[in-house]
Amino acid sequence: MTTPDLDVSNAAATKHAGEPTDVSRRTFLAGSVVAGVAAAGLEGILAAGRAPAHAQGTRINIVRWVDFIPACDIELKRQAVDASKALGAEVVFEFINANDLQARITAAMQSGSGPDIIHMLHNWPHLYANGLVDVTDLVEWQVKEQGALYGQSEAYTKVGGRFLALPHGIVPGLIAYRKSMFDEVGATTFPKTFDELRQVATKLKKKGHPYGQTLGHTFGDAPSWAYPLLWDFGGMETDKSGKAALDSSHSVEAVKFMNAFWKEACDEGGLAWDDTNNNRAFLGGEICATLNGASIYIAAKRGQEKIKDDKGEPMVRDIQHARLPTGPAGAWSYHTAFAHGVMKYGKNPKLAKDFLKWLHGKEQYAKWFQVAEGFSVGSTKFWEQHPLWSTIDEPMKGFRTAPDNSRTMGFAGPPNAKATEAYSKYVMVDMFAKGVQGMKPEDAVKWASEELKKIYG
Amino acid sequence: MKKSIAGGSGSAAGLEAVLPHPGTSQPRGLTRFLESERLLAGVLLAPTVVLLGMFIAYPFVMGVWLSLSSVSVGNPGEFVGIKNFVKAWNDSIFRTAFYNTFFYTFWATIFKLTLGMWLALLLNRHFRGKRIVRAAMLLPFIVPTVLSTFAWRWMFDPTFSVLNWLLYQTGFITTKLPFLSDGTYGMWCAIVVNTWRGMPFFAISLLAGLQTISPDLQEAASLDGANGWHRFWHVTWPLLKPVTLVVVVFSIIQTFSDFQLIYVLTGGGPANATHLLATYAYQIGVATGLLGEGAAISLFMLPVLFIVVWLQLRYLRRLEGA
Repeated sequence: MTTPDLDVSNAAATKHAGEPTDVSRRTFLAGSVVAGVAAAGLEGILAAGRAPAHAQGTRINIVRWVDFIPACDIELKRQAVDASKALGAEVVFEFINANDLQARITAAMQSGSGPDIIHMLHNWPHLYANGLVDVTDLVEWQVKEQGALYGQSEAYTKVGGRFLALPHGIVPGLIAYRKSMFDEVGATTFPKTFDELRQVATKLKKKGHPYGQTLGHTFGDAPSWAYPLLWDFGGMETDKSGKAALDSSHSVEAVKFMNAFWKEACDEGGLAWDDTNNNRAFLGGEICATLNGASIYIAAKRGQEKIKDDKGEPMVRDIQHARLPTGPAGAWSYHTAFAHGVMKYGKNPKLAKDFLKWLHGKEQYAKWFQVAEGFSVGSTKFWEQHPLWSTIDEPMKGFRTAPDNSRTMGFAGPPNAKATEAYSKYVMVDMFAKGVQGMKPEDAVKWASEELKKIYG
Repeated sequence: MKKSIAGGSGSAAGLEAVLPHPGTSQPRGLTRFLESERLLAGVLLAPTVVLLGMFIAYPFVMGVWLSLSSVSVGNPGEFVGIKNFVKAWNDSIFRTAFYNTFFYTFWATIFKLTLGMWLALLLNRHFRGKRIVRAAMLLPFIVPTVLSTFAWRWMFDPTFSVLNWLLYQTGFITTKLPFLSDGTYGMWCAIVVNTWRGMPFFAISLLAGLQTISPDLQEAASLDGANGWHRFWHVTWPLLKPVTLVVVVFSIIQTFSDFQLIYVLTGGGPANATHLLATYAYQIGVATGLLGEGAAISLFMLPVLFIVVWLQLRYLRRLEGA
């Protein structure tokens, strides 16, 4: 069958070159406009100024980090199916590299479109406060159901009296170490102070098994080491009023310690490590110890058929955990807090909040918590009483109460958006990195202090 | 309103002559509209103009506006003049990134040009398997930068570097080389990877230029007693210069604004030692959310690239004139 349009085109095509072709040109232009609008069916959408109904309110997108325990992500995907049935809306998880999360949040907030819920690490809710929905009601519900929040979970999600993210958990950082290696140099118990750690690790480095620590631009392991080291030597980012207060003899002492520790005891490749390198180095038998979450132990346990020590035994049997040693000013740690933020631009914040209530509820959270095997602990003390802790392997038990000695970024001031900016620029990490690269400790502290003054004033 | 085409007397008769028939006014107007070559050209150009406006002009204008404002993530900000530029200039990391960008571009371009020229001269000869070699040579250029850079990152891995292993096994080194954990090494590693990736572009472009040079000229020079170097310097190079210039300028623009390679290979580290303007702008603008400051840092690239393009156009115009 020949359509009228084809007839016209053919008629025009048979004309000789140079002759007027008014019919085809007119047809072409008119046809293009009509086809463009009609084919796309955009008229109604443009007039309404919003997406078609099927794209609204019936789907929740959540962006989270790629968990160091892959089974946790698998469990969440499984829960998404249950949540979809329970809420009558499609729940879709997306997992991305944690180091890319901040870029994703910025892009989403500026464009006003993106995931409905985004994983918030550290004190990010302070930085992204203008793009987050008030979830105080959810936090009140969670506290009522699961008890009071740990200090850092509360401080990181509470902005100006309102909660802007719902605390989900904390990944504590303890030092994973090879018991046999430490025994070999006479350290039958883990060093109590940073100086003792330096002495022991120096001996181990001489034996070819240095201490592993990143000083690279990476979200977890680098700040988890840099901040406590500063605190434990008496240094602080800011004073209680929030003004920069880094420039002190305590900070210089911390950098001096790090310089010596680095050269004598550490794998100096750590300057280029991200959060995964120390896991690989540890499991590859290259390093004697490293500050990390429980992922090293859990990976060694799950892969004990392949991950062996020098004697051919499963390496997991030789792994122990210890808290950071004590410095001249105390034994503080930094444990990474996680939360879920509902984005303001989202089409259906109520549905997003309903989903979070479902996900954070005791029943669902316990399933995920069980799969995490102690890598993630809850954001309230309620989860310290979970039966998991009575059956878990002995080396993992230290994670149960680990969050209790955590300070917050920006200490001694509040963990506000400026503290997030200092974190995002890796000022504290770079202070130590510059020191180990040869800058005089006083100059490294001065450089970092100037950077903090630009941020905090 | 339609104007009279009958002399514009304003008389009733004149008006009568130009008033269209009520039933035929629309089709005739549309016909006249569609018959106008100028209007048609405008209509046909419109999509291109719209696309250029949307994807080049608008982002550029937005970038300029952001650089002059205190916009940060979630905050509309306000006009702050050149404050962001001044702040960037007084920032020690920015100055490192600024210097690095020139250093990286200069050495990467030199290596790409030298090795690309050498490769092009080799490939211009006749040998068995020439086509396969030419196709294979393009692989680094074809493979997505992120993927190939990941492979290089593994080779430079601080703990498990295959290069360190190889050098150690062959007795060249006794301790690991700090490929990515030392700022100087890290920058040279980035230059090596950029050279590896960009050299095929030089080689294939210069090869195309070489193939336009008549073999008769080379033969004539040989008969006159010119050796290989003389033939290259006095015959090949002058004829290849225009192509070389265009290739070099394209490469400078791409290398100067390089982002992916550094982002994947070093992330700007260790301790900001390998940041380029693009990666530092990203860290400040996107990761930290200070969009105004990030835009100002990236706009520092504009005058440099503008001068490079201006020099190129000036040279090409002179060539056309000659």
